[in-house]
Amino acid sequence: MAATSSGAPPSAPARNYPRLIRWIDYRLPFVASLEQHLIEYPTPINLNYWWNFGSLAGITLVIMIVTGVVLAMHYTPNADLAFDSVERILRDVNYGWLLRYIHMNGASMFFLIVYIHLFRGLYYGSYKYPRELLWILGVVILLLMIAAAFMGYVLPWGQMSYWAATVITNLFSAIPVFGQDIVTLLWGGFTVGNPTLNRFFSLHYLLPFVIVAVVGLHLLALHQHGSSNPLGIDKRGPQDTIPFHPYYTIKDMFGLCVFLLVFAILVFYLPNMLSSADNYIPANPMVTPNHIVPEWYLLPYYAILRSITFDFLGIPSKLLGVVLSMGSIILLFLVPWLDTSPVRSARFRPVWRWFALLLPLDLIALGYVGSQPPAGFVVTLGQIATAYYYIHFLILMPLIGKLETPRPLPVSISAAVLAEGH
Amino acid sequence: MTDLAQSPVDTEHNGGSRRDFLLLTAGALGGIGAAIAIWPFVDSLNPARDTLALSSTEVDLAPVQVGQRLTIAWRGKPVFIDHRPPEEIKAAQDVDISTLRDPQKDSDRIKKPEWLVVVGVCTHLGCIPLGNKPGDERGPYKGWFCPCHGSVYDTSARIRQGPAPLNLAVPPYEFTSDTAIKIG
Repeated sequence: MAATSSGAPPSAPARNYPRLIRWIDYRLPFVASLEQHLIEYPTPINLNYWWNFGSLAGITLVIMIVTGVVLAMHYTPNADLAFDSVERILRDVNYGWLLRYIHMNGASMFFLIVYIHLFRGLYYGSYKYPRELLWILGVVILLLMIAAAFMGYVLPWGQMSYWAATVITNLFSAIPVFGQDIVTLLWGGFTVGNPTLNRFFSLHYLLPFVIVAVVGLHLLALHQHGSSNPLGIDKRGPQDTIPFHPYYTIKDMFGLCVFLLVFAILVFYLPNMLSSADNYIPANPMVTPNHIVPEWYLLPYYAILRSITFDFLGIPSKLLGVVLSMGSIILLFLVPWLDTSPVRSARFRPVWRWFALLLPLDLIALGYVGSQPPAGFVVTLGQIATAYYYIHFLILMPLIGKLETPRPLPVSISAAVLAEGH
Repeated sequence: MTDLAQSPVDTEHNGGSRRDFLLLTAGALGGIGAAIAIWPFVDSLNPARDTLALSSTEVDLAPVQVGQRLTIAWRGKPVFIDHRPPEEIKAAQDVDISTLRDPQKDSDRIKKPEWLVVVGVCTHLGCIPLGNKPGDERGPYKGWFCPCHGSVYDTSARIRQGPAPLNLAVPPYEFTSDTAIKIG
């Protein structure tokens, strides 16, 4: 970019661009930026398939925005009309069923992809120096996604929509002193109602564009130091990298095709598999469904919330549950500083490696707990799994980083790759 | 004119400090103004006047049999009205309130012992407890049972088990005649 000060667009003059593109790039380095970030971008030679999920998440975000914008043209954000307008989209609007099922299952896919992306970062230590802000921006995106997904879930105004909105907004009543006033402010009434639906629609339309902006910053931070890689060692020279295009564009396209196959099976054959049938009953403020469950991607947080059935140090169980549930994500912001090991990749960390793999199992256990009625063994399992989640990050992560002896790191990416015989 | 006699350094210092002062006060006032300007946006999210206006409901109790429970909508929330039989009243009165999470005497929660009027919203996370319809699960204290997270209420709708911190709220109401109440 410094080259612009001498009057020439960066990297453009070397190419034989048509005059029009040279005219544009001299004023706005559009093609040159694309070239720099999508074509030349030097990428480690050894990225495995776990590195596909970043670009997949980006593509899914675009799918969600495109289907969402069109759905909003048919949807009516009014408590008396919302449910019927969604039914009309499914039954009467041309291809409305397709748009709605893509959007609804797309949310599940988006979370699946982002969770895999997140675990990849955790396992390979992608959050370590100098990529701490890149990681933090990713956690911000996750929080925005949860907010957007929750508000979107409320819009069809079925029983689950209504009671999800009630239970989640009531979490704020756990705040001492101002709790109930804050809840009334969120509702715009004495209960979840039409004002609530209207503001959720407004925010549900806004948040994805905020996510797009944060994704822009996420990419800017990524391209500052370049992608991490499975060995977790820095690239030393041109022998360690290849241009993004065509090597990783083709690999990302292949991954996209596999993903779209899975996605298509859901959309066309099992469109309601991942959601609760209760949401096809119109919202009824006088009757709570017997078993309230959030969408699968929020089950672990819900399980943590419900696991706190006891007061602790004078903190009421309700407040503590809310704090620990939200804290489970806030904790991720601190991961770059909680991990004391100088080695990035768990491949070279013989002890940590097993704990890094235990975390997804812990979250699956929490997910199971969140899906079950809270009684007996399920409550105990939830408490153990919640305790492990916090012990994992607050005790094991700093401790193992200090105590463990890592295996020797390869000299360079290219040396390691050649030694493997590829 | 005496100012001219001062050294140039001092003049500069005076000008600088006056500029600092103006900058700080203008900045502070502007900041306060901007903070105040946020309030209309936040307050617009609070319940509007027409929402607040829908705040009282009248109920005729004459047709409600002893032992029957009635659900009424008030401010969009269910209100439970329980025409309590003598054994329910006795059970509610006989509790040692020092054992309760939210200690309250039954007599402080009612206007007439046979009529219990409470807001039917669980104080945990806002679900509607079961127990108001015949055949509903009522929990071990024969009052109400919240299906969401397992809170159990007694025949005075006081919290007895489970995660809810408080008793079911008693709404403001008055008897307008022997067999009619006005809630709100």
